[in-house]
Amino acid sequence: MGGTPVSQGTHGLGGLKYDPAKKARPPELNVLVALVVITIIFEVLNRLNGTSFLFNLRDNVPGLFNQQRIDIMLLQVSITGIIALGVTQVIILGGIDLSSGSVVGATAMIVMSFAQTALVNGNPNPKAVLGEWAMDLPVLAPILVGLACGLFAGMINGLLIAYTRIPPFIATLGMMVSARGVARWWSNGQPVSFPTESYAGLANGDLLGTLTFGLLHWPGQNPAVVFALLTVLFQVVMIRTVYGKRTYAIGSNEAAARMSGIAVDRHKVLVYMIAGALAAVAAILLTSKNLTAQAGMGVMYELDAIAMAVIGGVSLSGGRGSMVGTVLGAAIFSVIISGFTSIRLDAYYQEMVKGVIIVGAVVLDQWRQRSRARG
Amino acid sequence: MSDIILETRGLTKRYGGVHALEDANFILRQGEHVAVVGDNGAGKSTFVRQVTGVEQKSGGQIFFDGQEVNHTGPLEAREAGIETVFQTLALADDLDVPSNLFLGRELYKFRLGPFSWLDRKAMRDRTLEALKTTAVKIPNVDNPIRNMSGGQRQCVSIARTAAFASKLVIMDEPTAALGVQETAQVENIIRGLKDRGIPMILISHNLRQVFDLVDRIVVFRRGRIVASLNKHETDGNDIVSYITGVKGGADAAVA
Repeated sequence: MGGTPVSQGTHGLGGLKYDPAKKARPPELNVLVALVVITIIFEVLNRLNGTSFLFNLRDNVPGLFNQQRIDIMLLQVSITGIIALGVTQVIILGGIDLSSGSVVGATAMIVMSFAQTALVNGNPNPKAVLGEWAMDLPVLAPILVGLACGLFAGMINGLLIAYTRIPPFIATLGMMVSARGVARWWSNGQPVSFPTESYAGLANGDLLGTLTFGLLHWPGQNPAVVFALLTVLFQVVMIRTVYGKRTYAIGSNEAAARMSGIAVDRHKVLVYMIAGALAAVAAILLTSKNLTAQAGMGVMYELDAIAMAVIGGVSLSGGRGSMVGTVLGAAIFSVIISGFTSIRLDAYYQEMVKGVIIVGAVVLDQWRQRSRARG
Repeated sequence: MSDIILETRGLTKRYGGVHALEDANFILRQGEHVAVVGDNGAGKSTFVRQVTGVEQKSGGQIFFDGQEVNHTGPLEAREAGIETVFQTLALADDLDVPSNLFLGRELYKFRLGPFSWLDRKAMRDRTLEALKTTAVKIPNVDNPIRNMSGGQRQCVSIARTAAFASKLVIMDEPTAALGVQETAQVENIIRGLKDRGIPMILISHNLRQVFDLVDRIVVFRRGRIVASLNKHETDGNDIVSYITGVKGGADAAVA
């Protein structure tokens, strides 16, 4: 082969020069730094008032950390975080899912109807929605019903987006409104309550103890355990399997993905279905934790989930982001909310600031892209 | 039976009333490198789009590898063994080099439907191998190609074509956006294909490059093939005469 000779570098194969410094820095690192900085800011603000954000300052309570606050933060972040894992995949795909909060609501109502116990204190369940046949079912039944609800909602989203070519924003907005309608219609707006023991155990049990054969214990924090497991699962899936590869490819350049023979439409349906299933998991844990389902459950969760993803470095234009980033984004989100509570900032201000954070994260994303385009 | 890899008979494409391609009779033999030249709008790209299945022909026949074909899409053409570098790059910017090379034809450790496990090491190794044969220099194949220069990206695109080339390679203006050194690299890749006996159709405006690389030059003018010349029996001035219509028989007279 004539022409330009293959350069014989000191390292690398086939003349490919490797410059370790050129390995792109993982964007998650920036998010981690932001998380640490924000946490330190709240710790300092608390110390100015003689309290602490993360640490236990009381003598009559054991432990280094403020366990109560950390537990509450974990619970908050886990439920929405599980939704955010699905939303992250949808955004990486180049789409958006506005329906997840409403899917949580609808799934919560339906799933709880299959998880009710027949007798409450010796009397028939006063909140029974379905007939006698749906009482005291094995715990697997409501779980499967719930996952089916989520998969179905996701499938409708995906089919609409892939085959009618309407924008994901519109398709999932429709699902957002309709699923909320289902939630209200299901029991005429009445809450669904009194689940079986085993269903209540889904969120309140000690999953970590079961998984580690009693080696470790973390009772009552099953949502956090499930969140951690799902994060690891989907991080691996996104990086190691063809599902992840194609999700990134479609979000990055849909035309190229199509040209390369990827079944883009089918893949889109699959991603939205997985996002729906994850919303259903959140609904199951949420109802199990609260022992009741209400039609208003999950309102605004979709925006929180999107915010977590965007803060975590997931690009709204698709193709970029990771589960780890979203978890860090979720942690930032949670620290900010808890942080404001810890310095006794009014709840109304909290919501305003939340809006600022969401917009700020998107502005940051735009800047990142522009600087990339220049570089 | 014969050594003809691609033949078109009376290939015609109309867009509404516009005759973009008219009665094109074209033959490409095994191992032959042919350049397609012509002015803008002469029908070069239209010709390629019919052969690669990107568009559907209005009339005529296409024979590929001894059989008449009717590719309904670029994917079908690719599966039949026609690899194409399009003017618009078909790359995913956020993926690294191996992922782009194997986009849509990933290698697996084990198959499990959509959750099939990728064999990342094998893809990476084969990517390095492919880049080696093409002498393309990429600083770090594990970085997303977004951060690479236009030339490097084009080289990835061409390396992909060269690495998978089975029966026929088509390149549509592969060096149009490249610098001197990058152009040299692409030309090396093309010479490598020639050495491996893989036939190629090269669309190019660069006559120096055309005379340097191919065996035969086909000139398009106003949707028609007006000349097919062995490169040793012609020269730059001759080709330009055909392109501009100074030569080319009846067609020239009409112009």
